[in-house]
Amino acid sequence: MNAQNKRMPKGGRVDRSHSIEFSFDGEGLAGYRGDTLASALLANGVTLVGRSFKYHRPRGILSAGPEEPNALVTLGTGGRREPNLPATTLELGAGMAAESQNRWPSLAFDVQSANGLFAPFLSAGFYYKTFMGPTRRSWKVYEHFIRRAAGLGRAGTEPDPDRYEVRHAFADVAIIGAGPAGLSAARAAAAAGARVVLIEQDFLLGGQLLAERSDGAAASWLSRVEAELNSFETVTLMKRTSAFGIYDGNVIGLVEQRNQDCPPYSGQARQTVTMLRARSLVFATGAIERPMVFPNNDLPGVMLASAARIYLNRFAVLPGRKIIVATTNDGAWRTAFDLAVAGAEVTVVDLRTTIPPALVVEATRLGVTVRTATRILNLRGGHSVKRATLKGPDGQFEAACDLVCMSGGWSPTVHLASHLGVKPRYREDIGGFVPGVFPANQFGAGAMMGIYATADTNEDGHRAGIEAASFCGKSAPVPAPSKLDLGETVPALLRDFPCAQGGKAFVDFQMDVTTKDIELAHREGYESIEHLKRYTTLGMGTDQGKTSNFPGLSAMAALRGATIPETGTTTFRPPFTPVAIGALAGRATGHHFKPFRRTPMHDWHLANGAEMLEVGLWMRPWFYRQSGADVSEAYVAEMRNVRRAAGLMDISTLGKIDVQGPDAATFLDRIYANGFAKLQVGRARYGVMLRDDGIVFDDGTTTRLAESRFFMTTSTAKAADVLSRLEFLLDTAWPELRVAVSSVSDEWAAMSIAGPESRAILAAAFPSLDVSNEALPHMGSYEGEWRGRALRILRLSYSGERAYEIYVGATAGEQLWSSLLEAGRPLDLKPYGVEALGALRVEKGHVAGPEIDGRTTLDDLGLGRMVGKRSGFVGDVLRRRPALLAHDRQRLVGLECMEDGKRLRGGSVLFRPDEKATGHGRGRVTSVTFSPERDRYVGLALLAGDLATEGSEVVAVYPMKAETVRARIVSPIFLDPQGERLHG
Amino acid sequence: MLRFECPCCGPRDHDEFRYGGDASVRRPAHDDPDPEAWYAYVYVRKNPAGLHREFWQHVTGCRQWLVVERDTRTHVISTVTFARASQA
Amino acid sequence: MAPYSAFSILRNALSGQKNWQRAWRAAEPKRSYDVIVVGGGGHGLATAFYLAENHGVRNVAVLEKGYIGGGNVGRNTTVIRSNYLLDGNTQFYEFSMKLWEGMSQALNFNVMFSQRGQLVTAHSADQLDGFGHRANIMRLNGIDADILDRDDVRRLVPYLDFSDTARFPIHGAIFQGRAGTARHDAVAWGYARAADGHGVDIIQNCEVTGFIRDGNGIVGVETTKGRIGAGKVGLAVAGHTSMLGAKARLELPIESHVLQAFVTEPLKPLVDHVVAYGADHFYVSQSDKGGLVFGGNLDGYNSYAQRGNLGVVREVAEAAIALMPCISRIRLLRHWGGVMDMTPDASPIICPTPVDGLYLNGGWCYGGFKATPASGWCFAHTIATGKPHPLIAAYGLDRFRTGRTLDEAGAGPSAWLQ
Repeated sequence: MNAQNKRMPKGGRVDRSHSIEFSFDGEGLAGYRGDTLASALLANGVTLVGRSFKYHRPRGILSAGPEEPNALVTLGTGGRREPNLPATTLELGAGMAAESQNRWPSLAFDVQSANGLFAPFLSAGFYYKTFMGPTRRSWKVYEHFIRRAAGLGRAGTEPDPDRYEVRHAFADVAIIGAGPAGLSAARAAAAAGARVVLIEQDFLLGGQLLAERSDGAAASWLSRVEAELNSFETVTLMKRTSAFGIYDGNVIGLVEQRNQDCPPYSGQARQTVTMLRARSLVFATGAIERPMVFPNNDLPGVMLASAARIYLNRFAVLPGRKIIVATTNDGAWRTAFDLAVAGAEVTVVDLRTTIPPALVVEATRLGVTVRTATRILNLRGGHSVKRATLKGPDGQFEAACDLVCMSGGWSPTVHLASHLGVKPRYREDIGGFVPGVFPANQFGAGAMMGIYATADTNEDGHRAGIEAASFCGKSAPVPAPSKLDLGETVPALLRDFPCAQGGKAFVDFQMDVTTKDIELAHREGYESIEHLKRYTTLGMGTDQGKTSNFPGLSAMAALRGATIPETGTTTFRPPFTPVAIGALAGRATGHHFKPFRRTPMHDWHLANGAEMLEVGLWMRPWFYRQSGADVSEAYVAEMRNVRRAAGLMDISTLGKIDVQGPDAATFLDRIYANGFAKLQVGRARYGVMLRDDGIVFDDGTTTRLAESRFFMTTSTAKAADVLSRLEFLLDTAWPELRVAVSSVSDEWAAMSIAGPESRAILAAAFPSLDVSNEALPHMGSYEGEWRGRALRILRLSYSGERAYEIYVGATAGEQLWSSLLEAGRPLDLKPYGVEALGALRVEKGHVAGPEIDGRTTLDDLGLGRMVGKRSGFVGDVLRRRPALLAHDRQRLVGLECMEDGKRLRGGSVLFRPDEKATGHGRGRVTSVTFSPERDRYVGLALLAGDLATEGSEVVAVYPMKAETVRARIVSPIFLDPQGERLHG
Repeated sequence: MLRFECPCCGPRDHDEFRYGGDASVRRPAHDDPDPEAWYAYVYVRKNPAGLHREFWQHVTGCRQWLVVERDTRTHVISTVTFARASQA
Repeated sequence: MAPYSAFSILRNALSGQKNWQRAWRAAEPKRSYDVIVVGGGGHGLATAFYLAENHGVRNVAVLEKGYIGGGNVGRNTTVIRSNYLLDGNTQFYEFSMKLWEGMSQALNFNVMFSQRGQLVTAHSADQLDGFGHRANIMRLNGIDADILDRDDVRRLVPYLDFSDTARFPIHGAIFQGRAGTARHDAVAWGYARAADGHGVDIIQNCEVTGFIRDGNGIVGVETTKGRIGAGKVGLAVAGHTSMLGAKARLELPIESHVLQAFVTEPLKPLVDHVVAYGADHFYVSQSDKGGLVFGGNLDGYNSYAQRGNLGVVREVAEAAIALMPCISRIRLLRHWGGVMDMTPDASPIICPTPVDGLYLNGGWCYGGFKATPASGWCFAHTIATGKPHPLIAAYGLDRFRTGRTLDEAGAGPSAWLQ
């Protein structure tokens, strides 16, 4: 293969001074800066680029844009491996190593191309009709092979080493597409005074103008307008940027590719997603040419006519010498003329009988052979097209060829405009769908509205730009549009009709859907366009049917004898072109996926042997390594130390809410199930909140700091929900209550000192504090200062021991923590972690998360007596629904393991000793701990009310470990039922 | 992203807000003992395909609860007001 | 109706595919039916099939406003599992699983039910304990379940994030080997074809615009194809239950919310199971065509638009990479939204209604696909006999009044938090 033997000696928009080496399936090749991978392959005479999905047929390059169904390649290796990339959209980069896909052992010789031989059996939906036997399990075997045969490229299994960014941007007017319409719109909107973002997926501006000769009128217009746009500070040009979706809130999703000149290790993001919020939006997305449907229309060397023109004029590649241009419309004639000028031998084959005379005159002048009322009946060739069978008014004839260019007309690119629900509308005169009624802030311009002649599109773009700017209130006078007239004629289109005798005529190239498949779908009643798609997979490839939707729809309409609008279209969904999932995630990967929450004492814990545990984003000490070899040993040791001497626990994660105002007590009386109005100043109370449906929501303590000021704590898990709920009630239900709530969670560091020695330690740490039972009784409080910081001490106990919660300004947390430990050292004060905390509360019979599981009531948890005869609080009415009062509801009990050497396990299912262990049982073990107090495993459980008699036995079954343990039902309070320790 | 014109903070993405559901259901008085009234308030929803009055709280902004009027088919937002104001 | 088989494929291949028949007739409505099922989705079509198959009720029409299978059965992520915790749910979903296991044969239509196994990762000891409880309940109800430790998970799905930078390190998983996926469209078509074979009329492009009442009873429906009389009417229009319910003057505890679904480009086999992330909202499987099919959380506000917002797209992408870093370079091909009936306890509602002759099947939240066969089976029984099938006894509308809700997650009565 000669180096770039298809490259024209001059012309095009490639930089011949900048050669770029790349490889395809291991073969070293060269192209130029300004090439795409596709143009560079074509320049080197590579026509066989991929294999199709189902039949593994050889495929080449069909298009020059994102609609490409055939030329998919894989780039990169290891974590950088990226399959299914259309070669037509890849800006050629130095060292690019592309591999073909879906072939084995090689692209030229692919074993599965034998699938083609079985094509008669592999008709659309054949798999729904077979593979059902001999046994029910057989599908698993068939599926194994089917899965391996399906799929396109192979993905990597390693993490992606590259970086991505997500950014936010704002504009008055966003314009999608920088062809003649988009450029004109941008120029007009900017002149009108709007902040404009112009988005172009290509690395050059110009759109269809890039198909024109690089030294003609179009090129000079393009450079003039580009310069003009660059002169506006208010215009942002985003090249290499695909608008992948239009979302609610006028948010446009954009993904920008890194410039290929930028090496992958430069540190620049590989791709950047922009969430652009624009006040108005101009779609100038152009149109996509349709293939024609005839047998073997998928051979390598068959190309869209507009693509051939782009390869010639933009990339200076002449992909064939003996060329047939098959068309239904005037547009493709321009391809024929340019190819002829470039030196190819060209025959135009036009379906139409009558051709505009000017075209014929020009054809004659350039030596182009013209065949009217003629179409291609079939093509032949192995890995590339060699001969065509044609049929004209005088009958059938053969022609040799090495390139077939085809044009079945154009489909306006309405995809993005449809994302927000604008229904496409069929226009008979252009034979295509255009957007229906836009919302007030969206505009369409140019080919996507069915306006094709360049002179008209730039005028239309100009208009759209002015209107879009005006929607944003920007209406400065705008100079006249910069005119460009390329003299195209745009007569009404003749719709291509499929011709499919004598071979496979492809409608969807990538998914291998042929006219026969569509006929079969119709015959079997899959006539709705959505059924057609789902039954045949039409339009479900990586190109999402950009070239196949209309031909498929058109074929179905013909079979049904229905019009196009009656047949309808499928729904266009984002993304317009595929987007790497990594780009959408941006930098929120690895440790940055979610924030870590750390308490003020975090660093101390790490420095002092804490094994940390994450609890709802909070990092908390789980246990301290000096307490034991592993968690089981450590927590018991920490528990014993609390019961024997004292322990210190970081409780900064509790939710803390300041509640104040003249009606604060009334408010608390309503939101807690138990009363707070009579709480004395300086005293704290445990409280339980219900949801509106009467189920327990959260628990915590609230302290009355002053007549109209309270300090509330919530569970760590529910902190945000509780605050929001309180605000909801005040804002929406009881605006008459004069109460303000605000979170003070982050203002305070909090620690709890618990154990018989806690008072002595407190006295040592705060020498001026009166720690006597009289001054600071159980549920008492103290407010003061510590080293100039606010200090709050509440005598509250979770463990059942005498205990104090100490709150101090967050930045002094670690200091106070250390100084308490210092003061407590002679009395054996040691830190303890959440495992011991959980165990201590189980021994004391306090409920927590496992019991407050969103399904339990106050009565279930044994807390019903707190309410007494109160009413009028949140959840009071619905908690009395009959099923919530049923006597057999599961309720809280204590369990004691009765078997030596065995343990209770959370998640065990409870049964009566005499019943068979099957079904849902009579309850479950919610929390367990080894109890040093009882020297055995104890636990809390929810058990059916009719079994919950203290002293009787249950069996706890844990099938996953094949364990069965007998347990005795006891009071959930395993320790100090009279509360002497905490009051003492 | 829905975009709300928060009366306190200006236009913001909806992910700064917490959803609070249907704002057209009437919460019974706190001491209303009628189970039917509470049942209707907690459970029964008109769930319209069209204009929907709903609560949103600007949690990462002013923390006000707002009433937003939004079309559930198009997501077009017609009004945003403070919930407190809409109670008056 | 000629049965489908390898032989029929062979025979038709040799005759140029010209002799295949319609999978279901293009029926036009008769004046009246014994039963009208409103909604030609999976549940409606299954109901019609089981009415005929199990109860001999064959004078049945399924009315579909668009094309059959165009609602949630055609836009879900196809996961089938029976790993439910609560009494009432566990047995129902396991019955459904058993019907799935024989569905292709029962319908003579390959729905590609693929029991590839589903695992949910656990990221703490507590979470794994919770899974242990669930697995215990499953085993005690005769359902397969396994608890995997970190090494087991690594052997099974080595491409998940086992690195030091994992934000939520994997601790273990719960695994159900019989769980899997099925080809969603085929379920609708298979039931349609089988119901049609029993004489059921499947009428597409026929929207129900109102109900014909007689006293407290319903005796027919108004449609875009005219009035059609009915002995009984079953509603199976999840996503839009409120809209039709309102026409029948039902007060319903349902809100419509959007759940997004995503598919990547087709790839060679990479994900061999259904994998769900226990630390956030993300789950993934790979279709037989090769696309990774995944989903996340609800968009979170009432919606009837079958599209989602970009914020959730990004959240799901973040969660995807957090669990499965190699997905970063794989490209998202298409995403869409389905409209869910969300209930205040995330469990469905199937029952007779206070309106005579009207039966309700809705409130499927995001779990309707896996329930399709059991829902059809039990709803058919309920319509045919007028009494709820024992397996759906817990799914009555009155449970919100009585307090006997089935809230698996304990998330409480705000439907969008379920």
